[in-house]
Amino acid sequence: MWRCCLLSVTAAWLAMVTPASAFIAYVSNEKSNTVSVIDTNTWTVTKTIKVGQRPRGIEFTRDGKFVFVAVGDDDSIQVIDVAKQEVVDTLPSGPDPELFALDADGKMLYVANENDNTVTIIDVEKRTRLGEIQVGVEPEGMAISPDGKILINTSETTNMAHFIDTTTRQIVANVLVDARPRYAEFKRDNSEVWVSSEIGGTISVIDPVKREITKKITFEIPGLRSEAIQPVGIGMTKDGNTAFVALGPANRVAVVDATTHRVTKYLLVGQRVWHMAFTPDEKYLLVTNGVSNDVSVIDVAAQKVIKTIQVGELPWGVTIAQP
Amino acid sequence: MIRWLVAVISLSIAATSVRAADPIEIGIGYLGRAGVKPKLSLVELPAENDGVAGARLAIEDNNTTGKFLNQHFKLEEVRLKENEDVAKAAATLAERTGFIIADLPADDLLKAADALRERGTLLLNAGSTDDRLREQDCRANVIHVAPTRSMLADALAQYLVLKQWKRWLFVVGSHEQDKLYADALRRAATRFGAKIVQERTFEDTGGARRTDSGVTLIQRQMPVFTQQAPAYDVLVAADESEVFASYLPYRTWDPRPVAGSAGLVPTSWHAAQDQWGAIQIQNRFVKLNSRQMTALDMQAWTAVRMIGEATSRIKSGDPKAVTDFLKGPNFSIAAFKGRRLTLRDWNLQLRQPILLVDGRMVVSVSPQEGFLHQVSELDTLGTDRPETKCKLR
Repeated sequence: MWRCCLLSVTAAWLAMVTPASAFIAYVSNEKSNTVSVIDTNTWTVTKTIKVGQRPRGIEFTRDGKFVFVAVGDDDSIQVIDVAKQEVVDTLPSGPDPELFALDADGKMLYVANENDNTVTIIDVEKRTRLGEIQVGVEPEGMAISPDGKILINTSETTNMAHFIDTTTRQIVANVLVDARPRYAEFKRDNSEVWVSSEIGGTISVIDPVKREITKKITFEIPGLRSEAIQPVGIGMTKDGNTAFVALGPANRVAVVDATTHRVTKYLLVGQRVWHMAFTPDEKYLLVTNGVSNDVSVIDVAAQKVIKTIQVGELPWGVTIAQP
Repeated sequence: MIRWLVAVISLSIAATSVRAADPIEIGIGYLGRAGVKPKLSLVELPAENDGVAGARLAIEDNNTTGKFLNQHFKLEEVRLKENEDVAKAAATLAERTGFIIADLPADDLLKAADALRERGTLLLNAGSTDDRLREQDCRANVIHVAPTRSMLADALAQYLVLKQWKRWLFVVGSHEQDKLYADALRRAATRFGAKIVQERTFEDTGGARRTDSGVTLIQRQMPVFTQQAPAYDVLVAADESEVFASYLPYRTWDPRPVAGSAGLVPTSWHAAQDQWGAIQIQNRFVKLNSRQMTALDMQAWTAVRMIGEATSRIKSGDPKAVTDFLKGPNFSIAAFKGRRLTLRDWNLQLRQPILLVDGRMVVSVSPQEGFLHQVSELDTLGTDRPETKCKLR
């Protein structure tokens, strides 16, 4: 009798709180060689998928059917079938892939090969390499401009953002930024591209037309030495008004007014916060915390951390499917 | 008519040369003594290109960056023979390069620095850990990339104290540099609250480092040497001369760990370091040199990269401008140590985390958590500003 009541109550409760759109997040765990699947409805890990060695860069395909994950120590990019939740294929990425970018229609994949000072271009459908571009030492961050014409690659020891013409596949400009540039992110209206410098401790705001730095964003947290503040991942809202910056071993995410470039708030998250992804409705932001082995969930409107989810060891990247 | 033609031709030549501007050539010298230091362990014997191999990799890295900035770097290596005059060799090298990476003993380095003082050549000390070069004998034209003995000793002491291994049995070699390292370790013990329960000297009585029945003999000697010690937590050995310390682990009378010149060793770099993207430089180094990267290699790499970092920021290869930038407030360098490295402006020493290694793995990295400092936690390692004896001139 009790059990039957409990069951029906639970069912009713579930029906009530289940939002119309639940999302699925995939998190790469660099040390455990797995990918954790998170249900954003229940905020629980629903599946742990075994992948190759040292998974880092992770991205949904445009159709949401597959997830690409760069497995650096296996020198390839693996393809996870979202329906089957297992690895079904491999892309020829070139040596030691770390981060990559998909073009707007999802046909071309640009991969940063850290060991080789190159960016590899892959035809996603044919699963073949189309060519390589020589860049600076230790290429890492990758971003494609909203119009698809420019690819940005950052090189960590050369300390540059390389502007690559996606048609000619030639470098057209190099912008010197602060030490160890990790990540690049465009505003949707192509008015700015932001580049984080992990060791330099800054974000360079670059004018993509003039290809010049227009502003440098710095961070100050009382009680923390400036060396401990190391910006890595960047998340920008679609309207271009608010940005979130992961500050690595500072264990905080900075909230930045993206119009004035002022830091408005620091959110305490887990240890060594690294990369992030928004839910498609932009209600939530998921950030990976490498050292504490968890993912923090940030309520974007409230600018508050509302949840922490345990995942695998050294969570690195996170991607969420667009509906 | 002919004159007109000549004019046109010379004009077009001028135009061509403007278009294809030659890159700025930046020469960097590497000055060291010939021959390698002896080691007790065969696997630790340094290669002949120890140090300069790191400089070569940094030249490659600088040139990859330089091709986007129209800068080109060239390395010139000079090895001094025994009794060769270092001041003269440095002056000759300085005629061709504005920067010299020095892998020299302290006295040699000072002679080179003083010989080049008027010339404006910048020396980067990659090889010497002597504290006096950063203190009473500091020079305004020498930047120190190698850590000091006191930085190494403090890095070790912080960890031993953190582990609560505060009672040290202290064994010191009989050579001058062993005593200097011992001074640094004694200072570290006092600074961080460790206690030297007893100090013993290991006399170097000569003899071969390699013999056919060595192990049998050592196995009898070391327990005897370490017996009847007061209660202690860790044996700390100062043996830069490589006479005895490597024989101590697993052979002490009491079952205790060894640290210092053997066992847990503080160092600026190790081939096992793979954190903070270090795997990339380790891979690049092995690919170029077909061997593993040592601390001296890393110190030389960092020195050459510092020059490349400066030239890329100021868009110039002028030694004076580079020196000013390196000494200025905007300089910092990334060197796979998890944070930016900067210069101590009072003695031109590069601040850096120190690795603690056991020969196969990185055990820990100092400064340790909880050792705080008002400016930089890295300044908990080595001589700090209020204590310095350096007057740069």
